[in-house]
Amino acid sequence: MNKVHHQHARRLSLWLLLTPFVLWIGLLVLLPHLQMLRVSFQVRESWDSVTWGLDQYAHFFTEPYYWRTFLRTGLMSLLTMILTLVVAFPIAWYIARLARGRARGWLFLACLIPFWASELVRTYGWMILLRESGVFSALLQWFGFAPTEMLYNDVAVVVGLVYNGLLFMVVPLVTTLDGLDESLVEAGYDLGGGHFTVMREIVVPWAMPGIVSGCIVVFMLTLGSYLTPTLMGGKDSAWFTQQIFTQFITRFNWEQGAALGILLLLLSSLMIWLGLRLTGQSLRKVMG
Amino acid sequence: MTSSVMTSSQDSATTACDLVCQHLVRAFGAHQAVDDVSFEVPAGRFFSILGPSGCGKTTLLRMLAGFETPDAGDILIQGRSMLPVPPNRRPVNLVFQQLALFPSMTVAENIAYGLKRHKVPASARRQRIDEVLAQVGLDGLGHRQPAALSGGQRQRVALARCLVLRPALLLLDEPLGALDLKLREQMKVELKHLQQAFGTTFVYITHDQSEAMVMSDQVAVMREGRFEQVDTPEALYHDPQTPFVAGFVGDNNQLEGVVERQEGGQVGVRLSGNNLVMAQCLGPAASVGDQVSLFIRPEFIRMTPLSSGSLSADGMQPEGSSMHCQAEVVTTLFDGANSRVELRIGRQTLMARLPQDASSVHFHPGEWVALSWATEKARVFSGWAS
Repeated sequence: MNKVHHQHARRLSLWLLLTPFVLWIGLLVLLPHLQMLRVSFQVRESWDSVTWGLDQYAHFFTEPYYWRTFLRTGLMSLLTMILTLVVAFPIAWYIARLARGRARGWLFLACLIPFWASELVRTYGWMILLRESGVFSALLQWFGFAPTEMLYNDVAVVVGLVYNGLLFMVVPLVTTLDGLDESLVEAGYDLGGGHFTVMREIVVPWAMPGIVSGCIVVFMLTLGSYLTPTLMGGKDSAWFTQQIFTQFITRFNWEQGAALGILLLLLSSLMIWLGLRLTGQSLRKVMG
Repeated sequence: MTSSVMTSSQDSATTACDLVCQHLVRAFGAHQAVDDVSFEVPAGRFFSILGPSGCGKTTLLRMLAGFETPDAGDILIQGRSMLPVPPNRRPVNLVFQQLALFPSMTVAENIAYGLKRHKVPASARRQRIDEVLAQVGLDGLGHRQPAALSGGQRQRVALARCLVLRPALLLLDEPLGALDLKLREQMKVELKHLQQAFGTTFVYITHDQSEAMVMSDQVAVMREGRFEQVDTPEALYHDPQTPFVAGFVGDNNQLEGVVERQEGGQVGVRLSGNNLVMAQCLGPAASVGDQVSLFIRPEFIRMTPLSSGSLSADGMQPEGSSMHCQAEVVTTLFDGANSRVELRIGRQTLMARLPQDASSVHFHPGEWVALSWATEKARVFSGWAS
């Protein structure tokens, strides 16, 4: 009898422990997405009746503006991801391998500080620097150049996005590079390798889990970002999240918005799967 | 064997030297890690640098590999100064303490790494990898990941990875440290055989005197950035030139006493109580009244049981000995061929090796024995601050 009680108690505590997780996944992840999926297959016949169909997805493929923006967002996110990696690697290398003791903590803090402010404030910071009456333009004028507008173009958007993603690339890179034994690097040189060879054959393979993990996070963040492309992009710098926003809020076309949302989710999943396949990493290794 | 090594090391100036170090100095702040070290290693030798941790041996090795730059002095490998040569261009390879096998590569890829850097074409590469794997006894394991190998096998991969490049000099940084005792004993012998088979000059650093003694043609004993003595293992053991070498190499007893007599190269040392022992004196002549340390190895001590009745002022000493020394047995320590007796003279303890024949007398705790040894086996170093 006592034993049965004991088992009951154990099962109960297990469920209690799992409840927050189950609620989180169920209510905030699964349910909204299933609902979105359902809505995306609905076709509005009149103001109070709907049928099922693929119309919203057909719209996406027949309307060039949609799929062009979709493609553009994907490619720009890839570019942002690569640039973030290129910028973050030397920073991470310095923090993990060269900085000692106190300097390390300070450098990490320096990477973290911008994230104390919201994305909005960070983006306005860039706008202060880049706009026509901004700091950079003023500096150029002081050197005798004409006033330059550096805002409202794709370059400005990518700059803002790289800045936003930097920390999420630096942290996993520092973690993996930290574990790289100095003697592995020295062995790379000792056996005849130059800087480039050691980097390509030893450091990068070692850091691969960190690289892939950072790339996945930055790609997902960039793909789903809304504020930076909206504020810093020009009239031609459309971002796919803006389309979704327009459908849901401006046009009140939830069915189309849901379909676009599902497509974005598919793109993001596909890219992660491709990235893992191409680099031969597993999700468990990368996220663990 | 001993004599041939000694003669050829003496005329090493005329034979080809793979490595010549001249007045090497390297300081970290105020600490002289390597302090004016000069030595030569003839081609094809197994040369060991033996010293306690922190003696500067690792710094010295890293200078040879090119990862440290000497503050002064020169390194010549096969007659060429290595100072302007970066690590990846030196004809030198290093076997790291933690082996540093590349975890993302298979065994064959690990070995191929260096060959590719030396621009060996693919077909020759494959052949040389198979060859070297067979030589270190790992044939057929080329496709394995290093993590899937045993400690001893990883050791061999690390060696193969270097030896396949046919370096002028192979540096080894305590590579046996990570192995368990049994495997270490086995690898010692194997390393020695590999060195003879490849004919490559090895420079091996270790803090384990047994590793250095078993494998080396020559051993340099290093202490506080300087070489104390460079010699064959036999000479280091039987003819130490400094008190540090006498104490560091092999088991040794150190006894404190005062010089009472002085005849030629020999001294009579008064230990505590009524004990007077004889020893060979090295260095400047000792004078009566000097405080000295005497070194005598456990296997050179002869023990003669004293019946309690004859324990007297002059005791019983073997004929022809000018020594007079009595000790109390503390305990016997049985360890097969290495069985010892712990003895006490006054407040000093010392160890004596039990005679190897099974017929030997048993010594019981509390029993008194007379000690004696051949004078030339005991050693006193004068002129050294102790």
